[in-house]
Amino acid sequence: MMRFWPVFMRNFLVWRKLAIPSLLGNIAEPLMWLAAFGYGLGSLVGQIQTPSGAVAYLNFVASGYICMSAMNAASFEALYSVFSRMSVQRTWDGILNAPILLEDIVMAEMLWAAFKAVFSVSAIFAVMALMGLLEQAHVLLAWCVLLLAAVMFSAIALIFNALAKGYDFFTYYFTLFLTPMMFLSGVFFPRDQLPHWMQSVAQWLPLSLVIDVFRPLFLGQWPPSVALPLLAIVGYTTVAYALALRLTQRRFKSG
Amino acid sequence: MNSESALNAHLTHTPGVDVRKPLLECVRLEKSFGQNRVVNSVSFEIYPGECLGVIGPNGAGKTTTLKMLLGLLTPQAGQISAFGAQMPKEALFIKSRLGVVSQFDTLDPDFTCVENLLVFGRYFGLPKSELLQRIPRLLEFAALTNKAQDKPQALSGGMKRRLSLARALINDPELLILDEPTTGLDPQARHLMWERLQQLVQQGKSILLTTHFMDEAERLCDRLVVLDQGKIIAQGSPKALIAEHLEAHVVEAYGVDVAQADLAPLQTHANRVEKSGETVFFYAQDATALLHALQAYPGLRVLHRPANLEDLFLKLTGRQMREGS
Repeated sequence: MMRFWPVFMRNFLVWRKLAIPSLLGNIAEPLMWLAAFGYGLGSLVGQIQTPSGAVAYLNFVASGYICMSAMNAASFEALYSVFSRMSVQRTWDGILNAPILLEDIVMAEMLWAAFKAVFSVSAIFAVMALMGLLEQAHVLLAWCVLLLAAVMFSAIALIFNALAKGYDFFTYYFTLFLTPMMFLSGVFFPRDQLPHWMQSVAQWLPLSLVIDVFRPLFLGQWPPSVALPLLAIVGYTTVAYALALRLTQRRFKSG
Repeated sequence: MNSESALNAHLTHTPGVDVRKPLLECVRLEKSFGQNRVVNSVSFEIYPGECLGVIGPNGAGKTTTLKMLLGLLTPQAGQISAFGAQMPKEALFIKSRLGVVSQFDTLDPDFTCVENLLVFGRYFGLPKSELLQRIPRLLEFAALTNKAQDKPQALSGGMKRRLSLARALINDPELLILDEPTTGLDPQARHLMWERLQQLVQQGKSILLTTHFMDEAERLCDRLVVLDQGKIIAQGSPKALIAEHLEAHVVEAYGVDVAQADLAPLQTHANRVEKSGETVFFYAQDATALLHALQAYPGLRVLHRPANLEDLFLKLTGRQMREGS
């Protein structure tokens, strides 16, 4: 049952070789974002009303930014890096000659992409803690929500990985799916600024579900609703993983 | 015909082994992709200690057959069993006892030679302590000891193939499955690979290999299966196959005069004559009269040699280029 583990470890060992230089990027980029949006825009916007209370714009955008970062990091790994291992480097073909099944590899890649995303986001946590932006103790729960979110975004990305003919295909995924979702899910502004009909659709977007639970926890409040969004996240993940697996199996059986 | 006698000859070399029971057996395998029937009723078996070669032109179904043996493709009909287990139902058990070198290198570019072996060994659930004992021996076997800390990019084509072979041996497999193990290698690297494969057979390993090189098949394989357009068109030991299908002698005549010269008088001295481009091939049980007659054509260059597997291959599968080759 743990056959995915050596495959996960393989990715970990490769990453460990490059982890230190990549950590620098993981810290520098969020600092620039938070400085520009939080302090720059925040001084114009002031306080933002959320269902759990009023928060400073810097805190509002920081919590959204973390969810967005986790989504982007997981998607990037599960698309570009996984495709390179699956198709370009033929790493998977080598692994499949050992007593490991395709489903083990897909599982390992999903969990790996999630781990890597959460790790890079944890660097942002650390920076924010140093900046004194993390006050309350709900942060650990928030971190767990982020882990679930990263697994979900990896699983969804793996569907598109299974369908891809080349790297170009992934540009569509980013520009047609992830970028619009970023603007509709309440990363930069509350969703109640959207037209009403759009809000009722947008609240079921994967990123909205994550933000709705993560943001209050991260800011030391309790989310108004937990069970439903979490259930939806788990549901999306299960369906996406099953579909990604079927499509990947079809890809490998056709030649 | 002669596969039985070839096998019996082989059995006498390996006493004490229950050689009657094949390590791996496939029965009437069928595989189509859409309308294209790639493998058509293919049956063969591999006995312990044997090196079996699967030869055939591009697109004959060699790689597809291997993929089915490995459980990577599911046949539409037929059965595969190995080590007393069924494929693909017990694929994990079977693969834990196989070593595979695929046609294309799948080495990890981010890892050194040692790390490549270590990481691959983990896929078999082998503990690190055990692997650290095996790896120096495997690197030595692959003549890569002084490259242990280099990454695959720093290795030549031959070294990469030998690292792939070492990787396939990490689980000490009983049966090796090698898909074109020497394609693209220079002669030195090929000879070193052959030497290593012969060493493995001497150690009691069994090998199933596919190849395009008839000298490789002739040198390494106890028995051959010739595939063409998805079907087995011949099988047996290399010697027996040549004796069965070919005349003993081949005389090749080539040179600028081939096109103009009237070669008709020579044909009576040969059992069979083929022309391919600028070369005429005479096949004869006895070449004495033919060689004598050829002296009347001083403009021709003549090569007299025994019939080999390449002649057989070309006779069975034709000289013309295949679509997509």
